[in-house]
Amino acid sequence: MRIFDPHIHMTSRTTDDYERMAAAGVRALVEPAFWLGQPRTSVASFTDYFDSLVGWEPFRAGQFGIRHHATIALNPKEANDPRCAGVLDVLPRYLEKDGVVAVGEIGYDSMTAEEDHAFAAQLALAIEHELPALVHTPHRDKARGTERTIKVVAESGIEPGRVVVDHLNEVTVAAVKDSGSWAGFSIYPDTKMSPPRMVEILKQFGTERVLVNSAADWGKSDPLLTRETADLMLASGFSDDDVDLVFWRNPVAFYGQSGKLDLDDIAPGASFEGNSILRGGS
Amino acid sequence: MKPEELRAALDPSAVDWVDEAMRQVWADPGAIARLFPRAARACGRGPIKDGWTADEAARALLLAALPADRVAVEVDRLYRYGDASEKRAVLRALPLLPIGDAGVPLLHDAIRTNDTRLVGAALGAYAAHLDAATWRQAVLKCVFMGLPLSIVDRLDERADEELRVMLAGLAEERAAAGRPMAADATGLLHRLAGTALRKEA
Repeated sequence: MRIFDPHIHMTSRTTDDYERMAAAGVRALVEPAFWLGQPRTSVASFTDYFDSLVGWEPFRAGQFGIRHHATIALNPKEANDPRCAGVLDVLPRYLEKDGVVAVGEIGYDSMTAEEDHAFAAQLALAIEHELPALVHTPHRDKARGTERTIKVVAESGIEPGRVVVDHLNEVTVAAVKDSGSWAGFSIYPDTKMSPPRMVEILKQFGTERVLVNSAADWGKSDPLLTRETADLMLASGFSDDDVDLVFWRNPVAFYGQSGKLDLDDIAPGASFEGNSILRGGS
Repeated sequence: MKPEELRAALDPSAVDWVDEAMRQVWADPGAIARLFPRAARACGRGPIKDGWTADEAARALLLAALPADRVAVEVDRLYRYGDASEKRAVLRALPLLPIGDAGVPLLHDAIRTNDTRLVGAALGAYAAHLDAATWRQAVLKCVFMGLPLSIVDRLDERADEELRVMLAGLAEERAAAGRPMAADATGLLHRLAGTALRKEA
């Protein structure tokens, strides 16, 4: 089984996780820029983080034969902090990077005027830099937040098929699918979405234009929930081809719209000039 | 490698892209900010000649197209905002550019990282601008990171008694821990020890 995790925050994970993910079949992933838990107080702190997403983290993933790509953006929560507003100005540099396959995570947290501004500005950047967009939906007031998200996406002029609206559930999935955008689901141990619920949604809404991720971040989360969901799909009567569509061909099709997805020569144990960091840091 | 040799080693389609991109940089040096990251997509990433890859060569040619008074500032920004491949291309291009020792802070940055691609690229010909203490630490770091010492420019010429002492210390630690030291590092240590003996005699 080959797995492409379309949304996972590897910065928050250890090398043990990379090792277990590779063993479970994860061959490629996309790491979206997000909120780090601790508020950032300057633009420089963001650029250091973005540098890591296009520098160190792909190198680390490569040691385990996993191809790492990223999405870059000012996240909705920190879009409300005036100290971080300048991040929008440095984004064009990063959106041109080889490993950056979408603008994201953008969207709403508390649905403020500042979030409106950052969301619209970054959808415009996605169009200008010919990238798809990864849109986060809010934890609070989710249904209305999702409706408003669909409206803003439509107003932006970006093609809906170049947008994934993420963290959906039973209540919000239909509207997103009807809008023509991709439906994203983050499988968590306790919150957002679980493997059994995910399988039910796939039965009801089908396997097309669906991205299933583990999101695995610094909260209670599990980078192997993609595999667990895939196994449950098989146990529930889905075919190997259905699983391959959801966990490989769908993310490849979605992020492939960037023209920058690079999945050549993915081989376990990749190294540079015979070296690896598997022995530990120095 | 001179810029014209790098250009000659590229595929014809890559040469077309690079020539057009260089024209844009001549007309507007600021255009390099967008062209530099695009070079790998346009020209490929495969090896071409003498350890250079196509994207590194294309990026070096773009840097060589900058007007002399813009080189230092653009190199600095491209490195600062570069992904690992772009940073490596900047480091490799440094010896080809009219930049004096203005690129030394970039070498210091690269040597501080734990990314073998960057540490390795920092020890080419431009490392002649590094002071002896920094250079020795970088060579020892290569040994720790498992990088082959063949990537170090003028290794035997610069290796000195102080480096011998550092390598001997490492060899002793490794022996005590029952872990081997890389054969090329042991070889260098033996060569330096031989030189030291000859001097004593």
